[in-house]
Amino acid sequence: MGNGVLTETGSGGDFDRRNTDWYMDKVVQALIFIGGISAIIFVAGIFVFITKEGLGFILDRFDFMEFFTSEYWYPAEEEDPEYGILAMIAGTASVTVLAMLVAIPFSLGTAIYIAEFATGKTRETLKILVELLAAIPSVVWGFIGLSIMNPLIIDVFDVPVGLNVLNAGIILGLMAAPIMTSIAEDALKAVPDRYREAAEAMGATRWQVIQKTVLPAARNGLLGAVLLGVGRAFGETMAVLMATGHSINIPGSVFDSVRALPATIAAELGETAVGSEHYQALFTLGIFLFMVTFVINLSADLIVRDTAKK
Amino acid sequence: MFETSTLNARNQQVQRLVRILFLMMTLFLIVPVLIILGTLVVKGSSVISIDFLFTSPTEGMTAGGIFPALLGTVFLVAVDLVIAIPIGISAAIYLSEYAGNNWLTRVINLAIINLAGVPSIVHALFGLGAFVLFFGFGTSILAASLTLAIMTLPLVIVASKESMQAVPQAFREASWNMGATRWQTIRRVVLPNAIPGILTGLILEISRTAGETAPIMFTGAVFFTPFLPQGIFDQTMAMPLHLFVVATQVPGVPEDLPYGVALMLIALVLFMNALSIAFRAWLRGKKKW
Repeated sequence: MGNGVLTETGSGGDFDRRNTDWYMDKVVQALIFIGGISAIIFVAGIFVFITKEGLGFILDRFDFMEFFTSEYWYPAEEEDPEYGILAMIAGTASVTVLAMLVAIPFSLGTAIYIAEFATGKTRETLKILVELLAAIPSVVWGFIGLSIMNPLIIDVFDVPVGLNVLNAGIILGLMAAPIMTSIAEDALKAVPDRYREAAEAMGATRWQVIQKTVLPAARNGLLGAVLLGVGRAFGETMAVLMATGHSINIPGSVFDSVRALPATIAAELGETAVGSEHYQALFTLGIFLFMVTFVINLSADLIVRDTAKK
Repeated sequence: MFETSTLNARNQQVQRLVRILFLMMTLFLIVPVLIILGTLVVKGSSVISIDFLFTSPTEGMTAGGIFPALLGTVFLVAVDLVIAIPIGISAAIYLSEYAGNNWLTRVINLAIINLAGVPSIVHALFGLGAFVLFFGFGTSILAASLTLAIMTLPLVIVASKESMQAVPQAFREASWNMGATRWQTIRRVVLPNAIPGILTGLILEISRTAGETAPIMFTGAVFFTPFLPQGIFDQTMAMPLHLFVVATQVPGVPEDLPYGVALMLIALVLFMNALSIAFRAWLRGKKKW
């Protein structure tokens, strides 16, 4: 603060620190700030550009009732195309629900085992295995559904087609479980050890400690893990495309083939002309997917942050 | 004097049962996947040879190798890194060194979570709308790599941020006290100490990028092209899309061929991951503070 005064009197020009380094610092700070807000720019950009491409459909053709309550998706029809996504919502929902039935118990169980029971080398090994499982690309999972699960389901359940809700649900469950395990384990680890020690001092067994102390304390974090798993399963594209059979159907049983929302975009976008109604309709599906996952991720974050505060 | 009461004995039994139950759940999750991976190895390894890796597909993709796809994936990953490293690391520097505990930081973190959570096919739509059409890059390696880089940015940001935050505050204070500017401190003190952790994140980024299919489907990767990519405005084949194509789109593919492609892809991805894990373990052992 005194610098200005000294500089003015002309006796202390050296105190003016605005040399090259000072300017360099300012320039870099500005660049880094741009990098810092890049994630915001990109998320906004995603919304702007998919809306831009889908807007024509939303303004001219979009019919809320047809879109959400019709089960007929005939976008390629020349005369009278229909754009109903009810069957696809049912497909995505059925696959996601089954995936969660598979993933929730096993991922929470694994997280509890790793965080509360396993020790030393076993624990490290299990954590590494879970991390490696999470790295398997979705197209490989799709291939597994197609070439390993498909014949297996046909054999075991004696059904004509093995590409169905059951197949995709199991595949998606196995895909989502490792990530859910990691997040759930973090949530369990975040429970302070003094909670456990207090319970143990009262004579509680390890299981009683987990059941009565750790799980209630980690409840929000675990819920966040489940929500992120739901978000993953809901938005998964390639594995679902390959394992569901990709036929439009409101499923009556787990052995029915279905079609999922993201998979529809992947399968049809290549066949459409840029700017056509069908093309714009697929972008409208994208907007819907973006919004749903946005809400899921936002709630997961709010729930997890709520625990972090406590 | 201290006999175990029946209640205690029962508790002990429950405890043992519960432990076994959770171990079983863990194994139920891990063992089937290991069996599946084993199957891929058994069926795929007969296909893989030096020839398979270094020749192009022939006879309508029912024979030959995977060289163009392998090379394409290397191209895509390389360009992705050129884009993701500067953006991701500067975002991490901002969050670790500059950001205050305010609303902007919260919005940035929320945006990062959303970037990671948006379905890959929506990223593909974005890449098509923005890079292929609006910016006029066409279906090209550049458009595909930009899409991949934005999609996997959260990985680089989070890993880099965490390793920068792990550098003790005292290091920075020492540097500031010597009269260093903020940027000099970051460049000479924070980054050198954080670089191994950042590298770990980048290896993971390579693994993720190499395995993604949906984001490159409409932005730069094609089912088949007889040409190898010459520059960033060319289209290319890529490993994950090639697996999708030989598994679902091409009739008359010999049964084992897709297994070979799947095995190569998974070997590539898991190798990078294992490398990252080993690197991290080595770092933990070396840590000075």
